[in-house]
Amino acid sequence: MLYREALNKALDEMMEKDETVVILGEDVGFYGGNYRVTEGLYAKYGEKRAIDTPIAENSIVGNAIGMAIGGLRPVAEIMTVNFILIAMDQIVNQMAKLRYMSGGKVELPMVVRTPQGVSKQLAAQHSQSLERFFTSTPGLITMVASDATAAYYGLKYAIELDDPVIFLEHELLYPMKMEIQERKDFDPFKADVVKEGKDITVVSYLKMLHDTLQAVSVIEKELGVSVEVINLHSLNPLDMETISKSVKKTGRFVIVTEEPKTGSFAGEIVSKVTEELFYQLDAPPLRICGEDVPTPYNRKLELLSIPTPDKIAKQIIYWGRENGI
Amino acid sequence: MGKSIVERAYYLMKLGRVFEERAKEEYMKGNIAGFLHLAIGEEAVHVGATLAFGKGDLFVHYREHVWALARGMSPKTVMAELFGKKTGVSKGKGGSMHLFDPAFNFYGGNAIVGAHLPHAVGAAYARKYLGHSEGVLVAFGDGATNAGNYYESLNLASLWELPVLFLNENNFYAIGTRVDRASAVKELYKKAKEFMPAVRIDGMNFFEVFDAVSKAKEYIETEGKPYYIEALTYRYEPHSMSDPGDYRSPRELKVFHDKDPVEFLKKEGIKRGLLTQEFIKQIDERVEKEVEEAVQFALKSPEPEDKELYTDIFCEVCTDVVP
Repeated sequence: MLYREALNKALDEMMEKDETVVILGEDVGFYGGNYRVTEGLYAKYGEKRAIDTPIAENSIVGNAIGMAIGGLRPVAEIMTVNFILIAMDQIVNQMAKLRYMSGGKVELPMVVRTPQGVSKQLAAQHSQSLERFFTSTPGLITMVASDATAAYYGLKYAIELDDPVIFLEHELLYPMKMEIQERKDFDPFKADVVKEGKDITVVSYLKMLHDTLQAVSVIEKELGVSVEVINLHSLNPLDMETISKSVKKTGRFVIVTEEPKTGSFAGEIVSKVTEELFYQLDAPPLRICGEDVPTPYNRKLELLSIPTPDKIAKQIIYWGRENGI
Repeated sequence: MGKSIVERAYYLMKLGRVFEERAKEEYMKGNIAGFLHLAIGEEAVHVGATLAFGKGDLFVHYREHVWALARGMSPKTVMAELFGKKTGVSKGKGGSMHLFDPAFNFYGGNAIVGAHLPHAVGAAYARKYLGHSEGVLVAFGDGATNAGNYYESLNLASLWELPVLFLNENNFYAIGTRVDRASAVKELYKKAKEFMPAVRIDGMNFFEVFDAVSKAKEYIETEGKPYYIEALTYRYEPHSMSDPGDYRSPRELKVFHDKDPVEFLKKEGIKRGLLTQEFIKQIDERVEKEVEEAVQFALKSPEPEDKELYTDIFCEVCTDVVP
């Protein structure tokens, strides 16, 4: 199975089960989705439930808010995260705030799905990671799906939740082959320890999780240590319990994200770790992030702008040696 | 038009007028803070449209106290919201610009110009999908007609054939910028005509508003398609309490004060034998009393507790996991 098929399966099962679940977005219906995530749903559920919209992101989210008010459970797709900026008023001023401003009277059971990240040579306006904008907005749940299991169970969970969810996917994960692990008790608000270790805690998600896992054996061999890797399914709320437990064991913390470093979500996690676990740390926390540049088109420059398995390994090894591992 | 509707209209318009005049006083005293946008002068639109529209969903802008009162929300809980009290319709967390009550199908109270238009379109989609017959009314000012949300919403309501009544309250000013200095098309209803039937009416005249909205409601609910009304109206007060309002000439103000919608309804109602001096006197007394009670209720109501800072952000499931 492909990662995108896990998302499709989640949508299909939820639409099958609950006729108030509708999907909307650019090309999600007749065309089947630009990344084929919604393929087949138009044929199966019709145009009233697989709703093609014009190129009007602000309305896609704004209409979804109205649909949620009107008794539906809409799942809006923004073709890529880059275009979500057009809808930021609806997300930040409306979706995140209506429950609070109404004293709890207005509930918005809705999901906004969107892929982010650097794909291949799509240049600056199509290659961004913007999780910081969502995680720093009170009133939004920000989930990430790093593998087929999180994609399938996480998306179903998000659709059933009575809160607005930003559901982040990654463009390069869509065609990747992976299986859904049987996880009936899947809880997106609990992070998974995907690899146990005792010397360094590395937290990551989306594409960078896979790059980190590729880097692990080199790091372990070079430093002679064992690395623990944590996969987040939700950025806000954040499962600090799992992170804390791991850092107390290892005494060393690394976060790997694809976003530019300055003002990053990675910085927020490091703040939390430093505030809560300062005396457990044997080394300064390490952030491995994208460079503070717009993503360049040229492939060589593009790869210089984001972490890769090789760079992740090199940076952790260097940091490890500098800090007496 | 029946006597009872005109009587109800007079009561609500007078209630709105007195409520807002009192809100202004309470603002000066410091009991109300932040932005307070008064609709004094626009009552015929707010009350006429609400009464004619029946029970369907309302999505309104931030100048919405009279809309809320006309919909039946209590002057007490609305005033308490203006005071920021626990007993307010939005528990003191929304304030003047954010009145919400799904029990009255009343969805704001939105303070981003035009941002609620897509909500109305989405809600109409949902209601139609679920088999409800009632349409959705969305009210917005002249300023919103120049923003992207406006065109997106006209397009989608028309494309998807949704029962939305777009009610444009053209009060001629977007804060201090007069409509003809902001809109290339001077007659605003023409900016909707390619998408749906659109008319312009006198928004100072209750009878005209009531008839136009009744007709529009019938159209959207039987045809299942959108309709557009531009109601020409005027706010006697500045944009908000923090606007000096000195961009309008005394002559212009006089022209519109001469068309005062409450006075017009009174005169016209008596002339048509639908209102009596005695009834008007009774209502005027009742309204004064109700507004006084609302203010006393708001004054005596407690502040929200500190713990309210962290409630109503998420549903129970997420509240449990967010530290």
